[in-house]
Amino acid sequence: MSVTDSAGTIVDAGRGRVLRVSLRRAERAQQVRALLLVLPAIVFLLVTFIVPILSMLVVAVENPELREVMPRTAAAMMGWDGTGVPSPATVATFVRELRQATADGSIGKVARRLNYSIPGFRSVLLRTGRSLPPAETSDADLLALLAGIDSHWAEPPYWLALKGAAPAVTDFYLLAAADLRRDARGTIVTAPPDQAVFVTVFARTFWVSLVVTASCLLLGYPIAHLLASLPPRRGNVLMILVLLPFWTSVLVRTTAWLVLLQREGVVNDLAVRLGITTARIELVHNRFGVYVAMVHILLPFMVLPIYSVMRRISPQHMRAAATLGARPFLAFRKVYFPQSVPGVTSGCLLVFVLALGFYVTPALVGGGSDQLISYFIALFANEIVNWGMAAALSAILLGIVLVLLATYRWLVRGELLRLG
Amino acid sequence: MPRHRPTRATLGWHVAYWLLCTVVFVFLLAPILVIVPLSFNAGAFFTYPLAGVSLRWYREFFTGVQWQRAVENSLIVGIGATVVATSLGTLAAFGLHRVRLPFRQAIVVILLSPMVVPVIITGVGMFYVYARIRLANTLGGLIVAHAALGIPFVFVTVGAVLSTLDDNLVRAAASLGAGPVRVFRAVVLPLILPGAVSGALFAFVTSWDDVVVALFLAGPRQHTLPRQMWSGIREFISPTLLAVATLLIVISIGLMLVVELLRRKGERLRGVMG
Repeated sequence: MSVTDSAGTIVDAGRGRVLRVSLRRAERAQQVRALLLVLPAIVFLLVTFIVPILSMLVVAVENPELREVMPRTAAAMMGWDGTGVPSPATVATFVRELRQATADGSIGKVARRLNYSIPGFRSVLLRTGRSLPPAETSDADLLALLAGIDSHWAEPPYWLALKGAAPAVTDFYLLAAADLRRDARGTIVTAPPDQAVFVTVFARTFWVSLVVTASCLLLGYPIAHLLASLPPRRGNVLMILVLLPFWTSVLVRTTAWLVLLQREGVVNDLAVRLGITTARIELVHNRFGVYVAMVHILLPFMVLPIYSVMRRISPQHMRAAATLGARPFLAFRKVYFPQSVPGVTSGCLLVFVLALGFYVTPALVGGGSDQLISYFIALFANEIVNWGMAAALSAILLGIVLVLLATYRWLVRGELLRLG
Repeated sequence: MPRHRPTRATLGWHVAYWLLCTVVFVFLLAPILVIVPLSFNAGAFFTYPLAGVSLRWYREFFTGVQWQRAVENSLIVGIGATVVATSLGTLAAFGLHRVRLPFRQAIVVILLSPMVVPVIITGVGMFYVYARIRLANTLGGLIVAHAALGIPFVFVTVGAVLSTLDDNLVRAAASLGAGPVRVFRAVVLPLILPGAVSGALFAFVTSWDDVVVALFLAGPRQHTLPRQMWSGIREFISPTLLAVATLLIVISIGLMLVVELLRRKGERLRGVMG
């Protein structure tokens, strides 16, 4: 549009402004409409999924028991410096509130919390509460009175555990999930060997996931290559063989492996009949069974991403390499494999992350020493009912998964930049 | 000069390649191929040869009161969750389709989060809160939980179909005088329907297969089929479980074929129109 006379310019500029305003208004209306469409799903997920998980995770640092049941003791403990035993006045507050909490039954909550800090504290506290004389004694006698009921009260550790239960926020559970604890002076130390289990479990979870990922790659890469290099019609038929297990539920496939691998199962039958072994071998309820079933379940998650990348690799590249004198292996290593790496990375990440959270398969096919971190989360939530520990272990698992996914996104972004 | 003569090493690689591929395909299919015939075994053992062919384990399943209730619960929860997830997920996919929104990234993260969080954490977290608001041990709670798990699948599937939708078709319909509702009904809906149905099937399968969330949220009266199977496996593996497994495999095959057909139909529709 040419602007020659001044009047026309003004009109056009005016129209332009009107146009810009109405365009912005239209865009605003579009955004409002979009938000209204997205809102129901967002609100639904926040209420039913995100808020529940966050409020469970927060339990990992909450420390409410002592503050609720014995508020004055908690306040007094916050003022105590943690050396020796508390002052007579603090002990008197504790005895008063212990007597009351025993009378109204709220003591159980505190007893359970303190038992997490020192196994056996529960029974000491409950017994002390029951054995207290009903009348008030003078302050000076109280410590001796408690020590008379249970000798532990004469020593610092039990008082320190009580002090540890006093603040509103605690790192107790998160430290415990890493086999750590705070000693009398508040420095972080490793837990005694008989209570240190979680580092082993996390290491095991990592190791199992690593072995499963490597096995899936080893078995899945050739399959993906075959599927990608066959003519579409035959490739599609074979693809069904990969998709069928993918669509069958994890529980059904785990059951199948349980039946196949058990002592009187088909695999053992076959091995004995073929003379591979004379005695029946334990193939299930051990690590081997866990590996077999997990690899079977996760293999499609490795094959599908690699396949979709391989489909885009032009067969001409390999032909060109051959024309230039490269032997097939060299051509594969220098030309084909580098192009398939993005698929390998996403397949490995997907399988590894999924394996980290596996629960059903190890629980059914594994033995006691094959359980992964999910098993312990379920155990603490369902059977031991220690929500602090369940939340702390969940928080660590979720943290690991999110860090892995974030790293992957960052890596992929770099890769895309380099390619394009 | 290029040399193409296959050396012995190349031949070795080829043999190893084909051998490995065959072994992996056998590995992938073995459990399914072995389980299905065993479910028709007249005897109570899990070995071949079969003691005879019989439908006794299927009869046990179809007459078992607990199994019947489990099927009923699974269907109620699955259909309920699918309806909720499909409507919410489809609306969200439409909302985010080609609109610049502030916090778009955050919105997408929230919509996809149920796919990312390990399911054990989902189960424990939901149990922690649902128990307090009396949603645990109800079918309603299970429907809500499974719907949340299904939303990302619907959102992704419908979003993928929408991103291939040719906007010129919408403009053409509008320029020919069709109102927005008519455009949606006559042009947009037929094009995205295959995607939406696939998304709904994914959501249904997510619910139908879930055992972990059901472990936390379902009491004995809300046991779904997988939850009932879990109890069975924990106590004693009876051949009835294999009959149930076989039926579930048949259903999986059916759903898979429907999704594949829909995918191809969707591609064809867009191919013809585009």
